[in-house]
Amino acid sequence: METKNIMIVGVGGQGTLLASKMLGYVLLSKGYDVKVSEVHGMSQRGGSVVTYVRYGEHVSSPVIDKGEADIIISFEELEAARWLEYLKPGGQIITNTQQVEPMPVITGAMEYPSDLIAKMEAKGVKVDAKDFLSLAEEAGNSKAVNICLMGRFSKYLSDISDELWQEAIEKNVPAKFLELNKKAFALGVNA
Amino acid sequence: MAELMLGNKAIARGMYEAGVSIISSYPGTPSTEITEEAALYDEIYCEWAPNEKVALEVAHGATLGGRRAACAMKHVGLNVAADPLFTISYQGLNAGLVICVADDPGMHSSQNEQDSRHYAIAAKVPMLEPSDSEESRIYTKKAFEISEKFNTPVFIKMCTRVAHSQSVVNTEERILPEQVPYVKDPAKVMMTKNSRDAHVRVEERTLDLIKYAEESDINRIEMGDTKIGVITSSVSYQYAKEVFGDSASILKLGMIYPLPEKMILDFASKVEKLIVIEELDPIIENHCKQLGLKVTGKDTFPICGEFSQNLIRQCLGMDTPSYEAIDEPVPMRPPVMCAGCPHRGIFYVLKKNNVMVYGDIGCYTLGAIAPLNSMDLNVCMGASCSGLHGFNKAMGEKGEKHSVGVIGDSTFIHSGMTGITDISYNMSNSTVIILDNSITGMTGHQQNPTTGKNLLGEPAGKVDLEALCRALGFNRVAVVDPYDLAECERVILEELEAVEPSIIISRRPCVMIKGTVHKPAIKPDTDKCVGCKACMKIGCPAISVKDNKVRIDTTLCIGCKVCSQMCKLGAL
Repeated sequence: METKNIMIVGVGGQGTLLASKMLGYVLLSKGYDVKVSEVHGMSQRGGSVVTYVRYGEHVSSPVIDKGEADIIISFEELEAARWLEYLKPGGQIITNTQQVEPMPVITGAMEYPSDLIAKMEAKGVKVDAKDFLSLAEEAGNSKAVNICLMGRFSKYLSDISDELWQEAIEKNVPAKFLELNKKAFALGVNA
Repeated sequence: MAELMLGNKAIARGMYEAGVSIISSYPGTPSTEITEEAALYDEIYCEWAPNEKVALEVAHGATLGGRRAACAMKHVGLNVAADPLFTISYQGLNAGLVICVADDPGMHSSQNEQDSRHYAIAAKVPMLEPSDSEESRIYTKKAFEISEKFNTPVFIKMCTRVAHSQSVVNTEERILPEQVPYVKDPAKVMMTKNSRDAHVRVEERTLDLIKYAEESDINRIEMGDTKIGVITSSVSYQYAKEVFGDSASILKLGMIYPLPEKMILDFASKVEKLIVIEELDPIIENHCKQLGLKVTGKDTFPICGEFSQNLIRQCLGMDTPSYEAIDEPVPMRPPVMCAGCPHRGIFYVLKKNNVMVYGDIGCYTLGAIAPLNSMDLNVCMGASCSGLHGFNKAMGEKGEKHSVGVIGDSTFIHSGMTGITDISYNMSNSTVIILDNSITGMTGHQQNPTTGKNLLGEPAGKVDLEALCRALGFNRVAVVDPYDLAECERVILEELEAVEPSIIISRRPCVMIKGTVHKPAIKPDTDKCVGCKACMKIGCPAISVKDNKVRIDTTLCIGCKVCSQMCKLGAL
């Protein structure tokens, strides 16, 4: 099979690392060769963050380049637009509609661009946009937004069973938050 | 069992399997996780040393004690450790010694983009370069074998994309070698004849290592189509495989110093066109040219920045995938100081008073970013102290009364102490602010000698910063709370005026440390707010102004009340 490329993008501190951990877990369990690449350090302090996940029979490069991503999962609207260039023609964006203002917007140097989802759709891009933050709050904690997004994303990976996703949640979240996260995942699936 | 591991974690696994007993390191992105992951094995003693020079000396000392040992550092850390490196290369060992060094092409979290391979050549120390996590584990074990076989320290050279990528790793059992007894050997004293003999031994060793490089499976040839032959190493190998697959032949170098000669010439003779793909400097390329080969290299690929599959395609005139983009400019999202960061207040006061700020290496380098814009420059760890002294010697009072150095607690211990000693000894009336946030912040919260805890978080010796600065010759040592803007301003202005060297310790724990008490988020009184944006001058990510009224992001705000001191109307 051809190598599949998934990108997880967001703002440092939004919990993208747990999402990539879960994804790595299910893909490895499925027997794929997997590479997950992320950058640690300075950019983590509220900056734009990206994780590349690649899987298939044999994966060489650890990074995804412009025009190569099959799916981009975005934790924040502006970040979806920022990383759009990495999407393959015909690729899918799944994005949280939450808006986190970057410093140039906070200081008034720039405006937060309006109607980004419509603008992406106008380019012919498939966008699955939902308010996953509200869903996470409905599940019981705004921090579960990453699990909500993974729930939504699971609908696009037909070869991964729900059982395996449930196992990934169990292996990667603390036991006391397990029910909350399972609820968040289900809310994401059915959003 | 197969497991997904970070390259750095795989190195730690390799060390565990190789029977390493002692690791001493100084944290630095992208090398930090090597030591953190190794510390999870009870069988390995791990410590944070005050700096990389100390770490390497500790690791070398441990090998004299007969145990396999290692240290890890980022590329610029190797500059600090360079002094012991060159002589340890002569000195030899009593058990295996591996030095992990992680380069940062693209400078994701570094101040420069130096290529550590030059150090291997300069110090005549063999260097292995893994291209993924499984190789990181295997090469680490191989490095210890080479180290003991050839009586030399061995480098494992990582780059950000190998260190911080996860790929599949298989694991093996740990084998602990017997402790080698210590025997006193007069030839170990590096002076006169001993040093001269040692240098001769190093040159002979290099010839033996070249032979090893020719024969070892660490360098391998993957024959494909012979129109193009690619010579590559590290992550560039992965990019080359992505681009060419089997449509080119590849010589994959796992050992980057010393490089084989016969193997390269043989490979070159089998292909029509030779391309060298390597990030940063032309090390492999120059070696090929010395062998008289015609190669495509830095005439086609950049010296600056990271590579990727598309970059290689573009440089070689191959097609790259098409894509869509948004038509309008997307605002940048640079990293910012966290809400409640104790550094913020100090930088605000420095900016307000138009003070020249000689910065240093750490989270506080973010004080250079808008809207604080209060850092003039930075160089390397410790330069804020010594560089400031030099500046003031040139500027006299004009400098002394209007300039400060700012340096974090960990960085101060790393190499600020010697700089401030120069200030007190050679008497410039310089003012250095130690930003003591009780942790090594930027690299992800490591303990250091000022925190009173060791790498495992257990109680440990604690450096008393005030007593230390006094002992180093400073009569004026003040401590301020950076959440109190008026107090900070008063003390900074007083110390700038003082005709004596001064230390100001700005003390508040990092808000991200587990256990730091957060106060309730600020509730703005929007009736009082007139939208003047005075509170925005401190650049807190929790504050925004919409429709002329201040808003506080309650998920970020920790109630530090620095913004309350900015508001003259009592709205915050």
